[in-house]
Parts: sequence; structure tokens; C-alpha cells
Amino acid sequence: MNHLEVKEVVKQYSGHLALDRVSLDIPENSVYGLLGPNGAGKTTLIRIINCITAPDSGEVFLNGKRLTPQAVQRIGYLPEERGLYKKMKVGEQALYLAQLKGMTKNDALKALKFWFEKFEIQAWWNKKVEELSKGMAQKVQFVTTILHKPDLLIFDEPFSGFDPVNTDLLKREILSLKDQGATIIFSTHNMASVEELCDTISLIDHSRIVLQGNVEDIRAAHATGTYRIVTRTPIQPAGVEILDTRDRTRLVEYTVKAKPGQTNNELLTQVASLSEVVVFEELLPSMNDIFIDVVTSSNRQS
Amino acid sequence: MSKISLIIKREYTTRVMKPSFILLTFLTPVLIAGMIMLPLFLAQIEDDTVNNIVVIDQTGMYREVFEGNEKYAFEYSDQPIETYREQEDKSFAAILLITADLSVNPSAATLYSDQQVGVDLKSFVAGQLDAFVEEQKLAALNIPDFKKIADEIKSDVDVKTVRWGKDGEEKMGSAELAIIIGMIAAFVIYMFIVVYGAQVMSGVVQEKTSRIVEVIISSVKPFELMMGKIVGIAMVGLTQFALWVILTLIIVSSLTAVFGTSVDMDSYQQVQGMNMTATALPVSEEGVMPELLTALANFNFVETGILFVVYFLGGYLLYASLFAAVGSAVDNETDTQQFSLPLTLPIIFAVYAAIYSAENPDGPLAFWCSMIPFTSPIVMMVRLPFGVDFWQIALSIGILILSFLGSTWVAAKIYRTGILMYGKKVTWKEMIKWVTYKEKS
Repeated sequence: MNHLEVKEVVKQYSGHLALDRVSLDIPENSVYGLLGPNGAGKTTLIRIINCITAPDSGEVFLNGKRLTPQAVQRIGYLPEERGLYKKMKVGEQALYLAQLKGMTKNDALKALKFWFEKFEIQAWWNKKVEELSKGMAQKVQFVTTILHKPDLLIFDEPFSGFDPVNTDLLKREILSLKDQGATIIFSTHNMASVEELCDTISLIDHSRIVLQGNVEDIRAAHATGTYRIVTRTPIQPAGVEILDTRDRTRLVEYTVKAKPGQTNNELLTQVASLSEVVVFEELLPSMNDIFIDVVTSSNRQS
Repeated sequence: MSKISLIIKREYTTRVMKPSFILLTFLTPVLIAGMIMLPLFLAQIEDDTVNNIVVIDQTGMYREVFEGNEKYAFEYSDQPIETYREQEDKSFAAILLITADLSVNPSAATLYSDQQVGVDLKSFVAGQLDAFVEEQKLAALNIPDFKKIADEIKSDVDVKTVRWGKDGEEKMGSAELAIIIGMIAAFVIYMFIVVYGAQVMSGVVQEKTSRIVEVIISSVKPFELMMGKIVGIAMVGLTQFALWVILTLIIVSSLTAVFGTSVDMDSYQQVQGMNMTATALPVSEEGVMPELLTALANFNFVETGILFVVYFLGGYLLYASLFAAVGSAVDNETDTQQFSLPLTLPIIFAVYAAIYSAENPDGPLAFWCSMIPFTSPIVMMVRLPFGVDFWQIALSIGILILSFLGSTWVAAKIYRTGILMYGKKVTWKEMIKWVTYKEKS
């Protein structure tokens, strides 16, 4: 079942179409990537899902029911532009935000204690936010986002401003939240993390969805028929374009482009008939390449 | 706890716990009490050093004229002024040199001193000389008993003011008291609208620039956030005002208890008469002080107090919601200037209108300005102590309530759109568009 469905959502700002009939199906208990260049409409879509702004037309369903502001309580939202009250103490502030999300004071205190210990940030409790570094404040904000155990989490650029150690910590937390049953939407420019974390993605460009689907499917669909092949002896397969040759000790490594329409097995059989195959690997394009490819080609069209 | 009360609580506690708030709240009553008590206190400290004035009278006409008092003593001398001038250790405060008949040449008297001669001494000497010369001139007219006649002619009329109550009962009123109470109330309202209105605005701007608003808006409605802030800050204002009143009363009454025995009303009157001529307090005349006290006792503090709170809240809510709207529309604190000017202008105008209304509390300016909601909270405060018809008060409050409901509605619309709008220079035209902009929800 889909946790969240966005149907034909249109949002217009004065003279500018921010979202043009955007539809999404976000399966339960998955990590969904919302990708797109700056200004594509991701934040607008996220705000609509959070009931911060309303769409001009189209609908959003949460667990099969029309989204209501009350239901938004069950969403945890980490906005791209992080913000906390600078003059307020970390603990007080986390408590306040948790209570605004509907938690009782006691539950909030208990949950905060757990997370502050887990992240080893208890010492910050009585510090003012302005005394924290950007990364530290982000960590606090991450805690306040997930504190009320929402079933749907929306992270807008969660890794920006984090050092590699904390990025890793965050990734592990996101995956463990998924293991605990949460559905996670996250918007990012960091394509490596998309491959690592996301099950499904939507790529939004110029207010429209230009690419949507399972990450592995998309990569396979964008396959250019390029392979890395390592053989014992040099080969010269007929009709196959050799892009690169590298001599290694008693081995030869090739980057080749298969004949149009040739399947993996056909190519493998062809190569195997010429020499012993040590490595045979289809080179799938990275999400980064796909992103650039799709976005630049859609730019050329428009 | 409901969300709006959480917001109110946060706005309230974070502000009340601020060191600046605590300092201002506790220092101001000390200052006010000091301003009340200091003149009393100073009046008790008599300057008991007696200053010697040496009179060198070259005409010989003014020997018996001068009478000393507790501050000045006169001695006469025939030595030339030079001897005093070169004196090493000066045993006098000033030299009065009279070189000619003052009835002929009024500028023939001069005071010499190694310090600038004070106004006090100058008028003391001039007063005595004036009286003498006047008497001399009158004597020269040769009218019998003239002095007696002149004394009888002198008059000092004291017009009492009596206010008739609704049932015709007489109330000893005091126009001066009415002005003072009215002006204080008006000024307090003015100050609170400006200070706390600005706090609402900067609070909104800070929430917007720190981007925390996006997190909060995902859990509460923009209207709740805005109203929570406005109400929370209003409570801060009321707390501060209440503390000021209570603390000032405590300090003043405990100080009078300590110094009370030695503070007599006479010295108080003298001091007040000296310092407060600007407020036209009719003191130093016999019987005025009790009259003022009667007026004070007759003054309807309960009614004025209730109306003060009503106008205070009404005026504050009206302006604060508009300040919130302005805060939501801009990106940073410096941009608030151009938008807040149209809001502060009517407040300043209201203060001027209030000052003129005090002179003519039932004139057309006073009437209209106490109906227009942007000026009524301040102007009406000045008019109230003079007595205002019930229908006028009701109408004025009615208009004020409708206006702040309207302004809150408009402000909420602007706020809702503005608070999430970044990086865009906003114009008035655009803000009006946001008001009419319909959002499905």
C-alpha cells in the first residue's frame, strides 16, 4: 500500500508555475528520493505535503485518506533552511517543538533524553543555540524532527553542513528509522547518497516530473551498453566497439560498448568464445550521470 | 496544553526571563520613586551656610533697605571696592555696589563676585531694591494711606472647578489633575504600543530570518503562531506595567514611612511649586493642596482603570497585528523601516492630538480623534478624566474592537503568505494582493 499519494498537483505563484500536474506514489516503509535542480519545485511540493501551502488543484492522500492538517502531526519535517530560536536553550527549545507536535511534556523529556544520549549531546542541553556550530544545531534539529516518532519523515537536504562522520551517523539513523517501519522522503543533490539510500525516486525539473521509478530500474533503463571486461588474452570481438584497453599483468582490461540490441549473455558468449573471461560487469550509469543527462536534455527541449 | 497556549507561554517566559526585562522592570520603579522622593528629600536638607553680601552704597540712600534671611546676610561698608577685589581670603559671597539713585538710574546697582552670581541672589537683591524704590516713588506722590489702599487692591483669584455628576451631585474636580492623569495614561499607552508593537515585529522577523517558522508552521496554523506571539507579548506588557505600579507604590510608601515624620506638606508644596510650574499645579496657595486631594479622592479610578486596560489592549492589538504583518513581509530587520513608518506616524499624531485635546477635551479634534481607532486609545485617555458621554465611549470602543478584528484578519492574511516568502522585495501593492489572495485549505 502507498503511504502517500500525490495526485495531479498544480501550484501557481504569481505568474510562475511551481508545480505542473505532479503525481507521486510513495510506498510504505521505503526511502523515496525527491531529486531535481535548484528551483525545480521540490520545496513547494514538500510544503504542500506538510500542509504549509495548499495546491491550486490536485490532491494529496495520506494512508489512503485526504490529507488534513491534523494528519500532518504524524509527519516529521526537516526543512532545508534549518532554523532554531537562537536565544533559546537547546533543551527548552527541543521540548517546546516536541510539545507543538502534540507530545506531552513527560513523553518529550523521556524521548529527548534517549536521543541526546544516543547522539552524545547531553552537554548541550543548557546551551543557547547561538553557541552551537551549524553542524551541532543541525543535529539538534534532526532530533526534534524524529522525536515524536512520525511514520512519515521528510528530510530536505539532510546532509548539508555535516562532516563525513556525522553524515554517516545520519545515514545509519535514517536506515534504522526505515527498519522500524517509517516511510522517508528525502530531497537531495547528493547523488551518491541517493544510490545508497533510496528505493524509489522522482526527478523534478521545471515544475514537472521528468523521471520516476525504482533506482535500479532507472539505472538499468539508462544503461548505455557499456561493459568492463577482463580477459586472460587480448581479444577482438567483431562488431563490438572497444573504448579503452588497459594491459595488466597477464590480464587485459577492456571497456567496451556492445552491439546495438545485444544482450548481456550474447556479449558474454561472444567474448567467452575468444578468451577466458575473468571479470564481466555491466557499467550502469551513476545517478549523478543520469541526473545531469536528464536535466540537460530536458533543458534543451524547453 | 493547547498549541496556542504553548506559544503564548514561550513568548511570555522567554521575554520575562530576559535580564533586560528584569532590569528595566525593577529599575524603573526605583527611578519613578526617586523622582517623587528626591525633591522631598532635598527640601529637607537646608543649606545652613550664610553668605555674606557686602553692600557698598555710594549714595547713602540704601542703608536700611536690606534685610537678610537664613541664606544671606548683609553688611555695609564704606571701603572702596578695590580693597575687596584684592583681598586674598574672601570672607564674602558677593559685593553689591550702588553708584547712583536707582529711581533715576535703575541700572546703577552691580553685584560682584569671583563666581557667577546665581539667579536666586540676583532676584533676592533686585526684589528688595524694587520694593524700596517703588515705595519711595509712591511716597513721592503724596497720597495719604496709599500703601494701605494698594494692599487692598491686590488680588489673587482662585477659580475652583466643580464637576456635576449624572445625578447632579457636586464633585470637586480639578482640571489640572484631569490633565495629569489623562496625560500619564495616554503616555503609558503610547509607550506600550510603540515598545511592544516593535517587539512583535522584530519577533516575527527573527522567526522568519532564522527559518524556524517553517518547522513551526508545519505543526501549528500561521494564525495561531501570530496570535500566540501577540497575546504573549501583551501579557509581558501588562506584567511589566502591573509590576511598575505595585513596586512604585511599595517604594514610595516605604520611603515615606521612613522619612515620613520629617516630610511636611509645606516643603512638598514649595518644591512642587518650584519644579512643576510646567504642569500648572496650583500649589503654594493656601488651601489648594486639600482641594487637590479632594479632587483626587473624587476621581473615579475604577472606571478610568478599566477603560485604560480596554483601550490599552484594543490599541495594542490593533497595532501589534499590523506590526506582525509588516514583520512577516520583510526579509530582515532593516527593511522594516519603510513599512513601519506608516504605522508609527498615526501613533505620533495621536500624541499631539492628545496634547491639544487636553486643552479642549470636547472640541472637534478631540472628538474625532477619540473615534478613529488609530488615535482613540491615546486621545480618549486624555479626555476620560474630564468626563465623556457614555455613548461616545461605547462608540469609540465599538469602533476599536471592530478595527482590531479587521486588522487581525488582514494581518493574518498577509502573515500567512509573507512568512514563507523569501528573497523578494515586497511592495504595498503586493501586500494588498496577499490580503485578497484566496487560499484553499
